[in-house]
Amino acid sequence: MKDDIKKVLLLGSGALKIGEAGEFDYSGSQALKALREEGIYTVLINPNIATVQTSEKIADKIYFLPVTPKFVERVIEREKPDGILLSFGGQTALNCGTALFRTGVFEKFAVRVLGTPVEAIMNTEDRELFVKKLDEISVKTPRSVAVTSVEDALSAAGQLGFPIIIRAAYTLGGQGSGFCSNTDELRTMAARAFSYSDQILVEESLKGWKEVEYEVVRDRFDNCITVCNMENFDPLGIHTGESIVVAPSQTLTNSEYHKLRELSIKIIRHIGIIGECNVQYALDPGSEDYRVIEVNARLSRSSALASKATGYPLAFVAAKLALGYGLHQLKNSVTRSTTACFEPALDYIVCKIPRWDLNKFQGVAHEIGSSMKSVGEIMAIGRTFEEAIQKGLRMIGLGMHGFVSNRNLSFNDIEKELSQPTDMRIFSIAEALEKGFDVDRIWELTRIDRWFLYKLQNISHIKKELEKYDSMESLPDRELLHAKINGFSDFQIARHVLKSENRAINEAMLSVRRHRRSRGIVPYVKQIDTLAAEYPAMTNYLYLTYSGMEHDIWYENDKRSVIVLGSGAYRIGSSVEFDWCSVNAINTIRKEGLRGVMINYNPETVSTDYDMCDRLYFDELSFERVMDIIDLETPRGVILAMGGQIPNNLAMRLHRQGVPILGTPPESIDRAEDRHKFSSMCDALDIDQPRWKELRSFEEINKFIEDIGFPVLIRPSYVLSGAAMNVVSNSTELVHFLELAASVSKEHPVVVSEFIEYAKEIEIDAVASGGDIVAYAISEHVEYAGVHSGDATIVFPPQKIYFETVRRIKRITREIARELNISGPFNIQFLARENDIKVIECNLRASRSMPFVSKVLKTNLIELATRVMLGVQWEKPHKSVFDLDYVGVKASQFSFSRLAKADPVLGVDMASTGEVGCIGDSFHEALLKAMYSVGYRMPVKAVLISSGPAKSKADLLEAVRLLEKRGYKIFATRGTQQFLSNAGIAAKVAHWPDEAASPNTVELIKLRVVDLVINIPKDLSATELSNDYQIRRSAVDYNIPLITNARLASAFINAFCSVPESEMEIKAWDEY
Amino acid sequence: MRNNDRLSVRLTLEDGTVYRGWSFGAPVAAAGEVVFNTAMTGYPESLTDPSYRGQILCLTYPLVGNYGAPGKSEQDDLYMFYESSGVHISALIVSDYSFEFSHWNAIESLDEWLRRSNVPGIFGIDTRALTKRIREKGAMLGKVEPEGMTTDFYDPNKVNLVAEVSTSARKVYGNGKYRILLVDCGVKFNIIRNLLKRDTTIIRVPWDYDYSVEEYDGLFLTNGPGDPKMCRAAIDNIRKSLDDDRPIFGICLGNQLMALAAGADTYKLRYGHRSHNQPVQMVGTDRAYITSQNHGFAVNNNTLPAGWVPLFVNVNDNTNEGMKHVSRPFFSTQFHPEASGGPTDTDFLFDLFIENIERAGGSRH
Repeated sequence: MKDDIKKVLLLGSGALKIGEAGEFDYSGSQALKALREEGIYTVLINPNIATVQTSEKIADKIYFLPVTPKFVERVIEREKPDGILLSFGGQTALNCGTALFRTGVFEKFAVRVLGTPVEAIMNTEDRELFVKKLDEISVKTPRSVAVTSVEDALSAAGQLGFPIIIRAAYTLGGQGSGFCSNTDELRTMAARAFSYSDQILVEESLKGWKEVEYEVVRDRFDNCITVCNMENFDPLGIHTGESIVVAPSQTLTNSEYHKLRELSIKIIRHIGIIGECNVQYALDPGSEDYRVIEVNARLSRSSALASKATGYPLAFVAAKLALGYGLHQLKNSVTRSTTACFEPALDYIVCKIPRWDLNKFQGVAHEIGSSMKSVGEIMAIGRTFEEAIQKGLRMIGLGMHGFVSNRNLSFNDIEKELSQPTDMRIFSIAEALEKGFDVDRIWELTRIDRWFLYKLQNISHIKKELEKYDSMESLPDRELLHAKINGFSDFQIARHVLKSENRAINEAMLSVRRHRRSRGIVPYVKQIDTLAAEYPAMTNYLYLTYSGMEHDIWYENDKRSVIVLGSGAYRIGSSVEFDWCSVNAINTIRKEGLRGVMINYNPETVSTDYDMCDRLYFDELSFERVMDIIDLETPRGVILAMGGQIPNNLAMRLHRQGVPILGTPPESIDRAEDRHKFSSMCDALDIDQPRWKELRSFEEINKFIEDIGFPVLIRPSYVLSGAAMNVVSNSTELVHFLELAASVSKEHPVVVSEFIEYAKEIEIDAVASGGDIVAYAISEHVEYAGVHSGDATIVFPPQKIYFETVRRIKRITREIARELNISGPFNIQFLARENDIKVIECNLRASRSMPFVSKVLKTNLIELATRVMLGVQWEKPHKSVFDLDYVGVKASQFSFSRLAKADPVLGVDMASTGEVGCIGDSFHEALLKAMYSVGYRMPVKAVLISSGPAKSKADLLEAVRLLEKRGYKIFATRGTQQFLSNAGIAAKVAHWPDEAASPNTVELIKLRVVDLVINIPKDLSATELSNDYQIRRSAVDYNIPLITNARLASAFINAFCSVPESEMEIKAWDEY
Repeated sequence: MRNNDRLSVRLTLEDGTVYRGWSFGAPVAAAGEVVFNTAMTGYPESLTDPSYRGQILCLTYPLVGNYGAPGKSEQDDLYMFYESSGVHISALIVSDYSFEFSHWNAIESLDEWLRRSNVPGIFGIDTRALTKRIREKGAMLGKVEPEGMTTDFYDPNKVNLVAEVSTSARKVYGNGKYRILLVDCGVKFNIIRNLLKRDTTIIRVPWDYDYSVEEYDGLFLTNGPGDPKMCRAAIDNIRKSLDDDRPIFGICLGNQLMALAAGADTYKLRYGHRSHNQPVQMVGTDRAYITSQNHGFAVNNNTLPAGWVPLFVNVNDNTNEGMKHVSRPFFSTQFHPEASGGPTDTDFLFDLFIENIERAGGSRH
């Protein structure tokens, strides 16, 4: 089979979005590595330019194009691959592949689907087929009956037995769904559900059942293994992506474990998977009864987690199996001596914790449930559950210190918080324990298995025990070690024993550290070796634990280690781009013959693939843990510039401990990070900034606004709910924001800045050495300033800025680089109105746009920066940015459809979850490729426009005229319709959602009369009219493309009116 | 348990290495051979597995006791959740013992169960360090001594452990079509359960019982502890059966006893196979299976006499995992198709045994 496969196409997953994130960069990269090892020519389609997989030497040919049937078909036509892999690019690749299979494209071009056959995939994707398939082998799925009347619902309930759950079919956001425990409840609920839908589903309720997953692998010889099982901390009802998950399962007996394992193998055989699949079960907590909830016939988030949890490279093996290998013919890549046909034995516990960023969204519901809202996750490794979960809760990066020891958490109704979980659920358990709730009471409210609750209670007890002491000298070693074994950080110990607060705590923490080191209480380094030490393993995959007495590895102390700090959990504002930077830094270090050492804990990344570095510490990026590792590694240096803000924030603290930080001096990082220091530097250099002040009362704020005028940008230091930053246009909004969402006081100052409207935003990404610029890339935003740079559409090289602007930007950049003595990557953001330039931000580290500009430039700025930082030979790139005869456009991916009720409007705080970068011969072409990649579609029928303030109405005018010329039907809300009519454009009035008249805006969306919605908010504030909100939300809920920015809308319209999809060039990256 | 109420315990290996931990289970001293098992679940099954007789068991999975201990519920004259009538290990070594447990099936904690069984446990040991030590130096004798207590080393390989764990009297289970004569060298109940599921009557006899007088359709040789060469009487009996044409199926020690009876040799492995994840390949095929194993001795493939061939080999270290006769219905496995604990992938071998009986003339009684 292998021999006639010479060229293989792999589909990527596109931009990161909720439910489909970095894990597919990892899976795809692994698969490509497996193929290349076989000498197969690889072609990759993935518009996500910031990924590691879309890098040179990973795939042979890379297309930054949308993963949609039309584009993929054109690539197939051009490349004529022998085979295609569909299971490494998430649901996006799977859906695209299924569509191409249905339309006969694979057959037409004689492309073989490698691995699991498409029919098998379809059997798992279609609910009815799936249930039927499992019925054939007597495997149980949740029982469900579709009914069309209340009477039928009652008889269905009789059949299933109470409690039951009812769901209204074909509704959004779970309207009309709920639990019923008796006939009366069902009668009421069913009647209500029928008001939403003609059909309801009556299902048996599995509320409170355990949720358990298995990762199963099968080869073409029918050999099967289960690589890992995982148990959800939360009972069924909370999406596995929203739940804390442990591996391996902790509360299952041998009999339960192997019953579900045996079923998994039965299922994978019957469905006919070749490669990997994931089976999710509900398991009765009171018997061995079970139901199969779902089967994913592809690599998934869970499989990436399982790979990291066990060290078993699932995607790599799945790719080899797709080529026809048997499991017994492959080697275990950790031990390199034993076979891949085995099931890993763990001698540690891993704990995955989701990371939510719900505060970034206006109006979103904080309850967690059956749909996924989290944007990232972390994995913590320990040898006690307490150690793993406390590590993990620090890793999620929300300022928490562990399960206990957190401040500023308050719950109004703790019982409600426990029974209706939100993103704060775990901390509400801590609070409940603190308030004296016992495990049984918490179990009643949460149905979380008591074993987990006992363990959490143990953490609470230790905290109380620590509080009995008041100095390190009085604390017995046994107690101190016990706390460390149970995951307490030095910070937590300082807080509970030394009772330190605020600023003093950093000093107290250092004294805890000194004390425990003097007592010989230090963590030990253990390997993840897949076989629990049964066989010797050469593995470099490591973690630290206090349940140990010896290290698994020995240290050379040869000053050849260079440590790179990774970026932690993916979150809004920091994701795969920093992983690309970290991986490239590691690659460069290794190329120089040095030892590349990585610290990171995000299971979705490539940087945490132990193959990528010489040593991987899958552990915390806290000061304490980083210092622990530095003490062992005694490195030549540490690189902080690649992992975004988390490592950057450690700069001064590590520096004070004498840690050799490579690149830009830590004092300079501090001068750029500290608002006051940075401003005085700009003043001294005569560089303009928007005026700002840090203020502590309403009077001060009002006085300052009298000077600078509205609108102003407000950045509170203490946020109650909602966004951390906001623009306010008048005093009503100001009061509203500061009273409801944030606070202002002596302790909690706010920063008020002048907000400049209608200004262009321009960025420079650059590398400097000893204060001299070595390379740079200037890019511009399509949107005016006011849209966060992470949400903006970015064009590189810039197409519409003055030469004088460029000259001034270069001059300012040069001055800042020199003043701060920068050595390494940095990024500065500017506002430009006419040729008036203001600096708004300066980061002395790699920026989000680094992979994008590097790949468009075809010059790896991170490799260059790393060479500079290492102090090895580097060459200044010759080509000038302006020599490019093509254009790159970076567009943002939003996940509003996953975030029920969130207002899909853009503002000064970032809301996008991912991005793409596409290249075209013209701006129009690049823009279209990028926008199609993030889910926009070219409208074919009608456009609904509500164009907001006068300025944006004017901005849109010519674009709307073009739409009319192209024969699009135009619907507009009243004011817009009048404005257009005055300009001679015939548009039909669409009535506001709260008006009874027809055609109504929401109706046009629901009935899909329109296929593009342009809704420009009236002002920049959060207080949006509910009418506008309803239009935007409906567009998201009914999956109609929505644009909320006039500049972007106009650019998009101009682009699709001038370049039809069929005329877009299909060119690989290396052909530009 | 409060941190400061703990009783300190010392584990000493015969090479002089000392590990210190805390006591749970019975606060008594114990000695035996220290072995490790890398399974992540199934401690009740391991603890009651007679093959662990004389051994101090170190579990490499660090969190132990989570689901407590099951009671002695009975079905078909067998305890449902035990593999024999009680705990066989000499002592238990874990990293993190879970004092609280949670499971519908549990009636007591592991601590209470061990206490009742007078078996000591230690927690707070770096079990990974200990496992590496055993891996590098081979299985070693060890002793467990709570503070203030002492004991001497004890080598279980020098005694006939099988005699200690085998049934003392003939016992019959079930009332099925096929009569199975089961030579009990320390049988795990799940072997009996698996056979009973397949329409059998089981005549369980002591390890050294002369079964030539018994009427049966198939002979089953069970698992058991220690050095197979200690079981002279059993080997002699089996040798006679090899002249017979009634099907034989052996598991673990049963594999070794049949090999010795056939004229092959066995040897002690450096540190044995004790886990739920051992890959075996069926010789001459592309079929591989994940198996549960627990043995310190193995059959030397190179000594198999004419007429015998390896049936399975271990994919990791190529050791013998089973053998069969080329023309007669005799086969055996070194691994445990009955699992419990561990994966159930190879339970089809019980079907094969019944098919062999059927082919050899079926039920003759």
